[in-house]
Amino acid sequence: MGITTNICTVLENSQIASGIYNLTVKTHQSADAKPGQFVNIYCEGKTLRRPISICEIDKNLQTLRFVYQVKGEGTKWLSRVQAGQSLDILGPLGHGFNVSKARKVVFVGGGIGAPPLLETAKQCNFIPDAILGFKSKDFAILIDDFKKYCENVQVSTDDGSLGYHGLVTELLKERLQSDCDLVCACGPKPMLKAVAKIAEERGVECQVSLEERMGCGLGACLVCVCKVKSGEGGFRYAQVCRYGPVINSKEVVW
Amino acid sequence: MADLSVNIAGVRFKNPVVTASGTFGFGREFSQVYDLSKLGGIACKGITLKPRDGNPPPRIAETPSGILNSVGLQNPGVDWFVKHEVPWLKKYDTVIIANVAGNEIADYCEVVERLNESQVDMIELNISCPNVKQGGVAFGTSAKAAGEITKAVRNVCKKPLAVKLSPNVANIGDIAAAVESEGADAVSLINTITGMRIDINTRRPILTNNTGGLSGPAVFPIAVRMVYEVSRRVTIPVIGMGGIATWQDAVEIMLAGACLVQVGTANFTDPYAPLKIIEGIEQYLDQNVISSVTEIVGKVQIYE
Ligand SMILES: Cc1cc2nc3c(=O)[nH]c(=O)nc-3n(C[C@H](O)[C@H](O)[C@H](O)COP(=O)(O)OP(=O)(O)OC[C@H]3O[C@@H](n4cnc5c(N)ncnc54)[C@H](O)[C@@H]3O)c2cc1C
Ligand SMILES: Cc1cc2nc3c(=O)[nH]c(=O)nc-3n(C[C@H](O)[C@H](O)[C@H](O)COP(=O)(O)O)c2cc1C
Ligand code: FES
Repeated sequence: MGITTNICTVLENSQIASGIYNLTVKTHQSADAKPGQFVNIYCEGKTLRRPISICEIDKNLQTLRFVYQVKGEGTKWLSRVQAGQSLDILGPLGHGFNVSKARKVVFVGGGIGAPPLLETAKQCNFIPDAILGFKSKDFAILIDDFKKYCENVQVSTDDGSLGYHGLVTELLKERLQSDCDLVCACGPKPMLKAVAKIAEERGVECQVSLEERMGCGLGACLVCVCKVKSGEGGFRYAQVCRYGPVINSKEVVW
Repeated sequence: MADLSVNIAGVRFKNPVVTASGTFGFGREFSQVYDLSKLGGIACKGITLKPRDGNPPPRIAETPSGILNSVGLQNPGVDWFVKHEVPWLKKYDTVIIANVAGNEIADYCEVVERLNESQVDMIELNISCPNVKQGGVAFGTSAKAAGEITKAVRNVCKKPLAVKLSPNVANIGDIAAAVESEGADAVSLINTITGMRIDINTRRPILTNNTGGLSGPAVFPIAVRMVYEVSRRVTIPVIGMGGIATWQDAVEIMLAGACLVQVGTANFTDPYAPLKIIEGIEQYLDQNVISSVTEIVGKVQIYE
């Protein structure tokens, strides 16, 4: 089937934390979806679709799960959509995480960066670990979900209201003292940069999921670019929507 | 069944819907979504003599009913285009329009000479890109400069030549008349309208280029007016674009004088938009017992 738009039925759209919603839709697009890919959701009255990562894929039930945070008008509209209504979804888009060769993966999720890591955790060959960081307890999401698929799930919050009081990077430094051959990270750019640096210093491969403002979502319009290394000391602009959103950290020009 | 085909400067389009330059790349990505042979044509991403990196991101900002973009002509250069993109696109039964940009007249001429030997069907001269520092829109904002560049390119161009006009001008009719008199086979309009958005919290423009080009439904009424004005000033065909999102929009801009329409930003809202527009035009013609789409061109009944 490849990439299609589909008018799919919303099965669930409910708040799971402060301003954060869980959305499940019924769609045949689940058949082709891979972990770490995303979709572009049409929001009524908006010229641009909103990119949202795939959080879980159920090929048997033909469903996709998303977890999103209300930021502006588009996601606010989305949060008002009720079960039973339909949504216009373009996807699956982009390239996700590649965990097929890894023995021990450590996932690092910052805030609303956690969702795309969940399906990836499910598809690891060996049981992975996860480090999840949130602003505070009120914004914590998916901890129990990760516990289903991970051996150790460590949680940190900026204010200490849940788990470790501090940053995920501090937990990661400690975690990388022991066995790990791949770090997969998604979250705010400064966090990704710090995570990549720690992993690279330990000689551990690191894949990061990037965000950029998008137009077509397919790779054609070149608005969503990020700088990646090219040639000797040079760079080129690659489309986050097609070349990414997941890119090996060594390629990124931060 | 109405005849949807249109002829412009000896080039036959099977239907009047073409995807607009810069929103559709060279077709590869959208070919994963549908069969490109369904399109009347594809206006490729703007190409220059040498590859260009374009501007730093963010390159897009949403606006009420539209977007601002500041891509800045990122492209792999004409040689890559001729060698890799044109032969690939040729697999499809659709018109290939090469969109040409540059810093100086000599660059434009050089690009066009290299395209002469390729299989592109038509050339669209982009003298209206607002997102590059040199050249681009500078050629499109005075009738004299627009005429000069058209003349120089016409001299070397062996393909049908359309000139793409900027809306960022006082009198677009004068510019259209100037390029017609220097030998353009068609004019296409409108390119984007220069705009700006600022984040009130950071006090920074949303686009790293500070300003960008406005497109999408927000510009549609301006496009209709400009197509109307230009079609009254020139006898060459007018290719209309700017905010076309539905078949009704396409019919409207054709009534204003466009022989052919291009669909740009609407591809982002709905990748199938061009196909839905083709279907809608056909149904409109059939329902109104109009045998050819060419019969509605310029048929607005204006108030005297
Ligand atoms: C590949 C990818 C995956 C994503 N996955 C998720 C996810 O799983 N859950 C989640 O909550 N959010 C995710 N985001 C971020 C989400 O796309 C934005 O929060 C959302 O587009 C904001 O839309 P809005 O209308 O609410 O906000 P507004 O600020 O009103 O949006 C204005 C414009 O800016 C764009 N925009 C604003 N913030 C972002 C951003 N951070 N990234 C890209 N575009 C942005 C919007 O798409 C829109 O075009 C993802 C972004 C990308 C690029
Ligand atoms: C992201 C983007 C890139 C564009 N790049 C080009 C370009 O390379 N050359 C060109 O002539 N026009 C370019 N345009 C302008 C469009 O072809 C079109 O003239 C304009 O967007 C108005 O049509 P629309 O409202 O349907 O998008 C670009 C527009 C967008 C949105
Ligand atoms: S959004 Fe169009 S290229 Fe990425």
